[in-house]
Amino acid sequence: MTGRLGELALGAGLVAAVATALLWARVALLGVSARPARAATWATLAMAVLACGVLEVALVGHDFSVRYVAENGGRDVPLYYTVTSLWAALDGSLLLWLLVLAGCAVLVGSRRPERAGPLQPYAMAVIGVVAVFFFALTYFAANPFASVSPVPADGPGPNPLLREHPAMGVHPPLLYAGYIGLVVPFAYGMATLLAGRADRLSVAVVRHWTLVSWALLTGGITLGAWWSYAVLGWGGYWAWDPVENASLLPWLTATALLHTLSAGRRTPALRSWTIALACGSFLLVLVGTFLTRSGAVASVHTFTASPLGPMLLGFVLLSVTVVLGLLVWRSGVAAGTQPSPLLARESVMTGNAVLMVAIAAIVLTGTLFPLLVQAVQGHQAAVGPGYFNRAAVPVALVVLLLMGLAPLLRPGRTADLRDLRTPALAGLAAAAVVGLLSRPGVLALAAFALGAYVLTGLAQALIRRPGGLRRYGWMTAHAGIAIVAVGVAASSAYTVSTERQLRVGESLNAGGVTARLDTVDRLGADSGMRVRVRLTLGGEAGGTSEPQLRYYPARDLTVSVPAIRSGVTGDVYATVLGAAPDGSGATVRLAVNPLVWLVWLGGGMTALGALAATVRTPSRRRTATPAPEVPVSVGTA
Amino acid sequence: MTPRRSRALLLLIVVAGVALLVAAGLQNTLTFYRSPSEVAGHTSTHERVRLGGEVVPGSLRTDGGLTRFRIGDGTTEIAVEQVADLPGTLREGQEAVVEGTLDAHGVFRSDTVMAKHGNEYRPAQAGGQGSP
Repeated sequence: MTGRLGELALGAGLVAAVATALLWARVALLGVSARPARAATWATLAMAVLACGVLEVALVGHDFSVRYVAENGGRDVPLYYTVTSLWAALDGSLLLWLLVLAGCAVLVGSRRPERAGPLQPYAMAVIGVVAVFFFALTYFAANPFASVSPVPADGPGPNPLLREHPAMGVHPPLLYAGYIGLVVPFAYGMATLLAGRADRLSVAVVRHWTLVSWALLTGGITLGAWWSYAVLGWGGYWAWDPVENASLLPWLTATALLHTLSAGRRTPALRSWTIALACGSFLLVLVGTFLTRSGAVASVHTFTASPLGPMLLGFVLLSVTVVLGLLVWRSGVAAGTQPSPLLARESVMTGNAVLMVAIAAIVLTGTLFPLLVQAVQGHQAAVGPGYFNRAAVPVALVVLLLMGLAPLLRPGRTADLRDLRTPALAGLAAAAVVGLLSRPGVLALAAFALGAYVLTGLAQALIRRPGGLRRYGWMTAHAGIAIVAVGVAASSAYTVSTERQLRVGESLNAGGVTARLDTVDRLGADSGMRVRVRLTLGGEAGGTSEPQLRYYPARDLTVSVPAIRSGVTGDVYATVLGAAPDGSGATVRLAVNPLVWLVWLGGGMTALGALAATVRTPSRRRTATPAPEVPVSVGTA
Repeated sequence: MTPRRSRALLLLIVVAGVALLVAAGLQNTLTFYRSPSEVAGHTSTHERVRLGGEVVPGSLRTDGGLTRFRIGDGTTEIAVEQVADLPGTLREGQEAVVEGTLDAHGVFRSDTVMAKHGNEYRPAQAGGQGSP
């Protein structure tokens, strides 16, 4: 019954999405009233809400006759993780995807035309087409509402890794919102090409949506890294896994897009390079979805193989072809601008954007290379993290170098390099101090130096010229990136770990911290078995640490839950790898990870800084031109 | 040089730089998946590969920080040695992927073991799995 209602909602949503696309296209081409198109957009959202709601009701009500609940629900799962199960597997996460997409459509579509610009109907038609595709995908290839017979008495619960950390409730929705928000820049880019008309208001809309999506993506990626660190138990937060790369790729191109938009704010419309970045970012979202949801590339996060792959691949290829074709066809509409002097604001920001795209190209190559090898040689292959560290990290360091110029840049003026003296000295001093005290390696040393240089430059600029919310916003974001760089360098250069088989009473040592094995307890919990190990920490840390092993019989999976004690200088990270059946000993891994918290802090600062930059300052709005047809971009842009 | 030309040149330099970094980065970081039969027939012993197959029942031994087991694909079995305790990650009769090289005696020296549970690989790391 519930399943039928959900299926009905999906089908109606598909129809509403088709109507949305067609009605907005009609508005775009014939200039008729947009009221029916808006109604269709709302109807699409209503159906997406209904579908998600029905699945949530089925999950919470343990209705195992619904396929998705039978596969991912469980009577012993706590309520919070039952609710978050909606996005714990592929089919349900597609519903969340639909919900966010329809939400974006309503937000863009219900804006008044004088604020959303004359390209709104075109953009809405594009969003409508994307919605049609994803509704069709969910309805035909990944319907979570299919009925199960006979109805099982209980389900296995979501993947245990996804019920070990509260971040599971926030990380996927944030990431999805960030991904899907990028549909708006894509739609406006396509609209510019389709209409063959450049438009100023679109720049403001695109910038606003890119900034918001970028902030959400940044938050989502940071939370994902934190989740990986706190749950996966291998001690790291980034493994260059295809799923991680899939989230990084659109982030990189969206960063480039933001910078070209800000650099070109004086130019009246979206240029070809900007349009290519706007379309490219969303296409990378689709490519990432294809890579990680189709089983094409082996990954830690791999969802099971499904008929989704071919459909997604088809849509990606079609979109790429259409975008490229339009770009070539309309090359006149979106012509570039005159080049600026080398150290002018536009040049530096464009330069940084080019480097972001270069990093994206490197990461994309590394992620797709296994597919290429398999196609050519017929062998499965994997590209190790070494590739990304060697190829992408140096370019990222050059990005930091250019980022240090940001505080010196003002519209219409070339940067005065003399202002770089203090930051450069600070960077050299940091490198000298760190280099004298330890041997972290060239890349880490460069990251420390560049981090200090960027932060000093920002501090200097802040003292000399305080600004509005927007200026504080980008400065906070830049500071966050520099802090992440320092955190990553410190944690990858100075992490020490040991792992040993211990008997009760024995201890092991890592980086000045000793851990003595006190007890090994086996606890028979209702949802399986747990082994809890109690360690007494000596040395600088002190206190106790209780890592666990949890066994989930329904999934036949053992999860090693690390115990992390965080301090100012770093974390003491303990994991149990195994335990003797009689409780006489356990294999323990002890690691000291210095300054990892800087990564979370920096990521959070970057996301919040970007959000702050989206806020329209009232004083600015008041000074904006009151003319009704152009209440323009002054605030939003 | 005209501005258009110089921009094209700059773009060319960036593309060349990226290509260089990609080519250099792929040296020694690309590993192939091989089945035990393929590894057994292979003569090059220094190539780093990922060996995937079933952990042969009855072959798993752990002592003194060394884990020994055999990985098979039904026709061939390869002896694997890993300097690490891997309790809990490997189970006999289940799929696993190990990464390392084949030594002169036909023993596979692994440094990373990935056990397959159901549909998911989970890195059970011993030193090598990724930078933090």
